[in-house]
Amino acid sequence: MHKLTLAEQLAGLAAKQFSSEELTLDYLARIERFDSRFNSYITLAPETALEAARAADAAYARGDAGALAGVPIAHKDLFCTAGIKTSCASKMLDNFVPPYDATLVSKLADAGVVMLGKTNMDEFAMGSSNETSFYGRARNPWGTDCVPGGSSGGSAAAVAAGLCAAATGSDTGGSIRQPAALCGITGLKPTYGRVSRYGMVAFASSLDQAGPMARTAEDCALLLQAMAGFDPRDSTSLDAPVPDYRATLNDSLEGLRIGLPKEYFGGALNPAMEAGVRTAIRELEQLGATVKEISLPHTGLAVPCYYVIAPAEASANLSRFDGVRYGYRCENPRDLYDLYTRTRAEGFGTEVKSRILIGTYALSAGYYDAYYRKAQQVRRLIRNDFVEAFKEVDVIAGPTTPNPAFCFDELSDPVTMYLEDIYTIAVNLAGLPALSLPAAFVGDKPAGLQLIGNYLSEARLLNIGHRFQQVTDWHQRRAPGLD
Amino acid sequence: MAIETADIEHVARLARIGMTPSEVADLQTRLSKILHLVDQLQAVDTSGVEPLSHPLDAVQRLRADAVTETNQREAFLAIAPATEDGLYLVPKVIDQVE
Repeated sequence: MHKLTLAEQLAGLAAKQFSSEELTLDYLARIERFDSRFNSYITLAPETALEAARAADAAYARGDAGALAGVPIAHKDLFCTAGIKTSCASKMLDNFVPPYDATLVSKLADAGVVMLGKTNMDEFAMGSSNETSFYGRARNPWGTDCVPGGSSGGSAAAVAAGLCAAATGSDTGGSIRQPAALCGITGLKPTYGRVSRYGMVAFASSLDQAGPMARTAEDCALLLQAMAGFDPRDSTSLDAPVPDYRATLNDSLEGLRIGLPKEYFGGALNPAMEAGVRTAIRELEQLGATVKEISLPHTGLAVPCYYVIAPAEASANLSRFDGVRYGYRCENPRDLYDLYTRTRAEGFGTEVKSRILIGTYALSAGYYDAYYRKAQQVRRLIRNDFVEAFKEVDVIAGPTTPNPAFCFDELSDPVTMYLEDIYTIAVNLAGLPALSLPAAFVGDKPAGLQLIGNYLSEARLLNIGHRFQQVTDWHQRRAPGLD
Repeated sequence: MAIETADIEHVARLARIGMTPSEVADLQTRLSKILHLVDQLQAVDTSGVEPLSHPLDAVQRLRADAVTETNQREAFLAIAPATEDGLYLVPKVIDQVE
């Protein structure tokens, strides 16, 4: 059953070929059997999962099942789940059991999903490798000596290994798309504000966006349908109608104009990766698309710009972890200053401290204009590159990452690792939607094709992804040894 | 731009993160590399460019000044490290004045 897509599972449940309880028990058994290899889950919720599964089965029997009733999914461990630990893979929140659900969690629950558990990630979503998790690294199903990517690496690994039908992720600089690419699955970062941030532990508020991770574009469409929409509890939520994402999946690609940014090819790009991505783009041409070279001249500034803006916002957001109201608190504080400094020294890992300090520095007296304001100005230049490009093309295509999955400890220099996110980060700065599709293999590791769309063009991206997956089988490849 | 040990200590104090001397040294190396990366921004001509704080240039939405949340004091206090009489407990901040 785990080899079925989420859409196929829904059809099987509706046709009563199997029950949600059977499906859920199958996944729980697989997690028990395989997850010691991948460490993709931080917390499992078997009791509540089986309860939800039985409720879904009852709804099917009554004939009033929700759109996603009975499919077992996992949530990245930064979405608050009432009564279930939400750690952000940090010692700081190791004891944190939220009293409320994130909007995304409650919307998916309302649609009837079964939540199997919470997935591993980089601490506070800061990382591209899962090496910063307090609970140990999640590992790539295509080679356990390699990273699953990050920060939503546990979600990607769990989907790729068949330990859930789909999962949620969050993407601040590529944290859905990069792990999706590295694990050979499909991941969508929606337009900034499309999915509510309420109850999602904040990293960089002007960049953070939640989205689906699944086997196929069709599955992502089904999930996004339930996740998207205006939320008065998120002050940056977009008040825009949510289209029927599944209705347009089979639309023709005839006349689709694809732009290939010259800055995304050559340079740092692995030649085998480039060959794979170009072959994938030719598939889209076969389906009726036309291709032209474009330029995004400020591409090289995206990573430097991000490493001012994201840490600055993180330093403000993470000031809430003070050992007073929830989460970790140091033993026997002498005074209030000691309480704060020791709680934060003991509760945060090195990468998180490093980013808080960079952000604090960039915002501190005398440096604000030189760093934060300057980065916000460059951010506009980066966004304007895309605005110009979308006057000529409908969608921008390129690799999701310059290289396939790297091995643990291979990129010990932080800046070298940051530069691996060169193709994903600009998309967050511009607030655009982007889809990563499994589109090639480099050696025995999967590689991703990234499609970047204009604002609120998720339906078109999913349509392109779906058509691509009708004529290719990259998304059907399975990591070995997991039957 | 090089960052000095004293800068790290100052910023760590502002961020309320305790640091051992070896951590300060480690972070000085890391942060210098990151600042070297972000210093590329200084070469860009941004004169006349409006800073972008929201990708869609949206402004903060306001809502009616009305109570929308229910009182969940018990639930929130239940997850706090230390509470007493319905309040969060912290070390003494102000000495009693006679």
